[in-house]
Amino acid sequence: MPETFDEATTLKRRTFVAASTAVAGLPLLTSDRLPASASTPTPADQLSTVRLTVNGEQRTAQVDNRTSLLDLLREHLDLPGTKKGCDQGACGACTVLVDDRRVNSCLILAVMAQDANVTTIEGLARGRGEQLHPLQQAFIDHDGLQCGYCTPGQVMSGVACIAEGHTGSRAEIREWMSGNLCRCGAYTNIVSAIEQTAKEA
Amino acid sequence: MHPFAFSRVSTTAAALNAGAGNGRYIAGGTTLVDLMRETVERPAHVVDINALPYKDITVTRQGLRVGSLVRMSELAAHPEVRVTYPVLSQALELGASAQLRNMASIGGNIMQRPRCPYFRDVHSACNRRDPGSGCDARGGDNRMQAILGASTHCVATHPSDLAVALVALDAVVEVRGLDGPRSIPVQDFFLRPGDTPQKEHSLRSGELITSLTVPAGAHTRRSGYLKVRDRQSYEFALASAAVALDIRGGVVRGARVAVGGVATVPWRLPKVEEALVGRRPGRRTWTEAAALAAEGAVPLSENAFKVKLVERTVRRQLMTIGGQ
Ligand SMILES: Cc1cc2nc3c(=O)[nH]c(=O)nc-3n(C[C@H](O)[C@H](O)[C@H](O)COP(=O)(O)OP(=O)(O)OC[C@H]3O[C@@H](n4cnc5c(N)ncnc54)[C@H](O)[C@@H]3O)c2cc1C
Ligand code: SF4
Ligand code: FES
Ligand code: FES
Repeated sequence: MPETFDEATTLKRRTFVAASTAVAGLPLLTSDRLPASASTPTPADQLSTVRLTVNGEQRTAQVDNRTSLLDLLREHLDLPGTKKGCDQGACGACTVLVDDRRVNSCLILAVMAQDANVTTIEGLARGRGEQLHPLQQAFIDHDGLQCGYCTPGQVMSGVACIAEGHTGSRAEIREWMSGNLCRCGAYTNIVSAIEQTAKEA
Repeated sequence: MHPFAFSRVSTTAAALNAGAGNGRYIAGGTTLVDLMRETVERPAHVVDINALPYKDITVTRQGLRVGSLVRMSELAAHPEVRVTYPVLSQALELGASAQLRNMASIGGNIMQRPRCPYFRDVHSACNRRDPGSGCDARGGDNRMQAILGASTHCVATHPSDLAVALVALDAVVEVRGLDGPRSIPVQDFFLRPGDTPQKEHSLRSGELITSLTVPAGAHTRRSGYLKVRDRQSYEFALASAAVALDIRGGVVRGARVAVGGVATVPWRLPKVEEALVGRRPGRRTWTEAAALAAEGAVPLSENAFKVKLVERTVRRQLMTIGGQ
């Protein structure tokens, strides 16, 4: 079970990070300072500092290199809106925008998001006062969810799908939203929400 | 996931030095991070190559050149590629999901590893992951496995759709090592499992894929990709066919046909092509040629259906591309 497995490594990582961050400043590795090959890297070499923009804010975190962007958002930056379904790129629950393109944050190493501009579900209504993004509102209006677990990923993916212009027909929306699974089977209403928002955009 | 050191390189020389020191390149990470999490892959040092300058797509009269760091979505959407090499755009857009295609690179795509469930499960016997340990797939759940190009040591299909189209179009993989550049015809790039299933490609240790080239030809415009799978989208192929035809004066002058989802490597079908060239386009020609698609197939206990499926996939795609 990937999730059980990851909980275990997350816990180990947390204690590990807590124990080692106190020790020393951790330089980000660059090409002129490569770690020794093949063998297990030293504890310091297993850590990196990552700086990125999330929902318009500059954020910095020290992470074990194994940390995914998804876990960085959820566990380190207090943004649990992005969900973990499979942790294997196979469900889309973890979809966020990186530099305005939709991606699966579970398969991105947090260290590789250095300097990236990330938008999560929490940032979608940003700059709109308290108003929801039109697609968020459309999900409510069309009843585009049941349990809601896949919804943040569906909405982020839907926003990108509309921006890409892949909304010419319901069939086209379905094909271009196929990277987001919904175990409750809310697909019909999800497509309606995207269709309507695309028309009004 | 096993612990690893991480570094970024911004020059080819730095990448090759890191590669020579056992550094593992990462581009989109959609294969590597996934398999590292399963502990199938355990690199001690991961090297981010995304700052290297292999990001251009150029279309000339000689052909197409694609940098290895171009994303699947970018190549698929390129306006000239869509018109001149539609089989490439279609193979790309019928693979993975919109999110994954934004992440995955072209170089990483042809380096992706098998999707065999036993390969992904470190508690199973798998010669590819652990040479000499056996193959749990052969006598296990083998419905998705290969009917062509397998050996007693491994029966896993090659998962890439793009690679099937590249094999049909005689693409060339341009690589660079510490000794300099070399060109590998894509047909020689992918290795059948034989006695050494762990050797999947002919890249030498530390070599970097810099670009892919596809020669121009009269056949590339009239081309396309058909993928048959268990669900309509976001699924690997049960059988797929890349077809490119040069039809002039009511005669097939040139034909390129390759299939995926059925073989251990992207599988070119020279006999099908021979049966097409010189013939008049039409149902009879397509049916007779497609009948040769599964020649040499050795089905396993649960995948005999792929024999007929691959013939019909080729036939239907010949009809779509060549007309009925
Ligand atoms: C859920 C899911 C569904 C998928 N469905 C499909 C599908 O239907 N069809 C399909 O074709 N694919 C599919 N894929 C696979 C996907 O296309 C590949 O994972 C992707 O193309 C790999 O590219 P990447 O840049 O992410 O590679 P990475 O994960 O970064 O690298 C993969 C391997 O290539 C090596 N590498 C990368 N770049 C270079 C280079 N320039 N030179 C030398 N070595 C290099 C790395 O060291 C690593 O070993 C799917 C993947 C997932 C997770
Ligand atoms: S088919 Fe190949 S990849 Fe799958 S278990 Fe057997 S040896 Fe491993
Ligand atoms: S959690 Fe990332 S795709 Fe399922
Ligand atoms: S609403 Fe429950 S998984 Fe989609």
